Amino acid sequence: MAVNRNFRTCPSTGLVYHEPAEKLIRWNAVAGVVSLLVGGVLALLVTLTRWPAVKLLPPDWFYLALTAHGLDMLVFWIIFFEIAVLYFAASTLLKCRLATPKVAWAAFWLMIVGALMNNFAVFKGDSSVMFTSYVPMGAHPLFYLGLILFAVGALIAVFVFFGTLVVGKAEKTYNGSVPLVTFGAITAAIIATFTIAAGAIILIPTFLWSVGLVSHIDSLMYRTVWWGFGHSSQQINVAAHVSVWYAIAAIVFGAKPMSEKVSRMAFVLYILFLQLASAHHLLADPGLTSNWKIFNTSYAMYLAVLASMVHGLTVPGAIEVAQREKGFNKGFFEWLRKAPWGNPCFSGMFISLVGFGFLGGISGVMMGTEQLNLIIHNTIYVPGHFHATVVVGTTLAFMALTYFLIPTLFRRELMFPGMAKWQPYVYGLGMCAFSVFMMGAGTLGVPRRHWDMAFSGAILPHEFPGTAYLMMGIMAVSGIAAVVGGAMYLLITVGSVFFGRKIETPGFKRVPVREGMAPPPAPVAVAPAGHGAIGLGGFVAPGTFVLAMIFLVSFVLYYFVNWKYLSTVWPMN
Amino acid sequence: MTAIHSPAQRVWWKQPLDRVEGTWIVIAFVWCLVMFFMMPYWHIYGKQNLSNEAYRTTPEAYVAKTQAMVDKYTVRTATEQNIPVVHPVPGSDVYLIARLWNFWPILELEEGQTYKLHIMSTDWLHGFSLQPENINVQIHPGYEHVMTITPTKEGTYSIICNEYCGINHHTMASKLYVVKPKKS
Repeated sequence: MAVNRNFRTCPSTGLVYHEPAEKLIRWNAVAGVVSLLVGGVLALLVTLTRWPAVKLLPPDWFYLALTAHGLDMLVFWIIFFEIAVLYFAASTLLKCRLATPKVAWAAFWLMIVGALMNNFAVFKGDSSVMFTSYVPMGAHPLFYLGLILFAVGALIAVFVFFGTLVVGKAEKTYNGSVPLVTFGAITAAIIATFTIAAGAIILIPTFLWSVGLVSHIDSLMYRTVWWGFGHSSQQINVAAHVSVWYAIAAIVFGAKPMSEKVSRMAFVLYILFLQLASAHHLLADPGLTSNWKIFNTSYAMYLAVLASMVHGLTVPGAIEVAQREKGFNKGFFEWLRKAPWGNPCFSGMFISLVGFGFLGGISGVMMGTEQLNLIIHNTIYVPGHFHATVVVGTTLAFMALTYFLIPTLFRRELMFPGMAKWQPYVYGLGMCAFSVFMMGAGTLGVPRRHWDMAFSGAILPHEFPGTAYLMMGIMAVSGIAAVVGGAMYLLITVGSVFFGRKIETPGFKRVPVREGMAPPPAPVAVAPAGHGAIGLGGFVAPGTFVLAMIFLVSFVLYYFVNWKYLSTVWPMN
Repeated sequence: MTAIHSPAQRVWWKQPLDRVEGTWIVIAFVWCLVMFFMMPYWHIYGKQNLSNEAYRTTPEAYVAKTQAMVDKYTVRTATEQNIPVVHPVPGSDVYLIARLWNFWPILELEEGQTYKLHIMSTDWLHGFSLQPENINVQIHPGYEHVMTITPTKEGTYSIICNEYCGINHHTMASKLYVVKPKKS
């Protein structure tokens, strides 16, 4: 059987697309966006229910919508899009044919069947067990089976990605090391492999339990192993969206990594330490020792946090260096002022970076500190945190990348370019405010996954202070703003992909491999050197350094404010 | 070459660090160490640490122990459900059951006294969220968690469940009373 070796070169970006890979990237991205649409409608319903003045849904529908929202967003939207990113990072960036496209299609359809099956189980009404499906609360067997099929499909897709790397190496489609973005994608894929393994270890017995073949699943064992899947899958997102940040910095600014060594080492730290984070969720649980909790929750002395802090510096640092080399070298912040703020690809990426660091990153370390967790565990502070990481961080970064992919990958002109300019601001800032007010309400004790903070029908209700109600109200309004931003994104992307003006390239044809493809650059024999005469005081990126110091000061202050607050609650040990 | 191209230099690992990167890595690493050592520090010098003491047990055994405490220390009942309010002696073992969808019994503790609080669920996962203190602990079925607590101020507190436990999750709330120590 002949291998399809047809490629096309994008005339505007010079990127090279393998015909089957291109189709797979498109379909995986589209499946992701459809999940985002479903999840987004559910998001609106959930937000309007948690708005105390509106309380839209009855409790059964609320818990159903919340379960489906979590799965459609956190699993189906993000992982479909990540598979698209993986194929892009391997096939397109390495100018390499995708390994075994047929297997990749099998993976895709397996994921589709799994996602539909899981959604079917939830919408049937007897599987409102939340994203986490903690035992002994049980869901319909199809709920678990759907997730298992989806995970198997995703794992196969990850193997296709690895196979493509092997093909690229064997067929010498690139010289030297893989690009940094591909390296980040490899990080994400390695984390995905052991994450999905953890998922299999816990979901398969749980499925067997749901059909009656296993008699008992221990709740603490479930939480420990499940979070090896649940938290680690968020680390896939981190590795993937950090790669997307680097990619956008390269695409928009032509930015080079400040140093390959530092950025790649930071990715290696992710591989080595992110997997320990299951412990973040078990800090308030009985039956585990403090030694275990402290070591694991800190990713072995915060080495993975260090990695994120490094990326948080090197991504904007690389942009700053590129801008300064272009001549925006005045003062600390000319490079940032003169950045293309009207380009949604850049503005989305930058809001994603800042929001992820300041809101998601700092709050994540608070919750992940053994003792501080006591004043945060299971309050609405927790979803406040992860909407800042997974939505502002991952989803917004993916949205930003879409604005680049529509012309190059789908070969369509962007519809509603004026709206696209505003979309990252409406969505990103709405979501940042949403997260902040959730965290605020959480500080006042408002629980997460809770239909009614007024406890209607309870014999001994608790009365939350008025401030908590106010925060939940502002949270809901911000959430609606974010939903509007999400609707703008869907309108722009779906409109462009299906109805946008086709970008016609005169004389377009797909060519067999190599012919018409730029030859790989020959290795340059120059001596490794630093950057030129830019920056201030020996710092090539002084503006970024100032931003990093502002971040650090906020981090330190907020950290000790939380310890101060902890010291005022009842002594216990 | 940018991040979407292969590095131009084959031996990219020999490129020297920019000063801005090196400085930031050192600062960030020091901060990471501070945060790490803050946790053991608080175990030694801080007063709020979650206990590591827990026992595997069965719902029946746990309910029996709770019942024994209720029989011994009930001072009155509350609400139409006649939920017992117990006032155990300071320093004693205090039991609280979490179950679908209530906490049982209601505890009345003395200000400034220390108690060994046992919590366990007899069915699903639940949450122990003490408001407005905002102390939050996970409750598992089959794991009896023992922690010493010292209420610092008299007043009426709420215990709410903050682990989703089904359709009536939002009704799962109770009270905890802290009173001035009785003069003896």
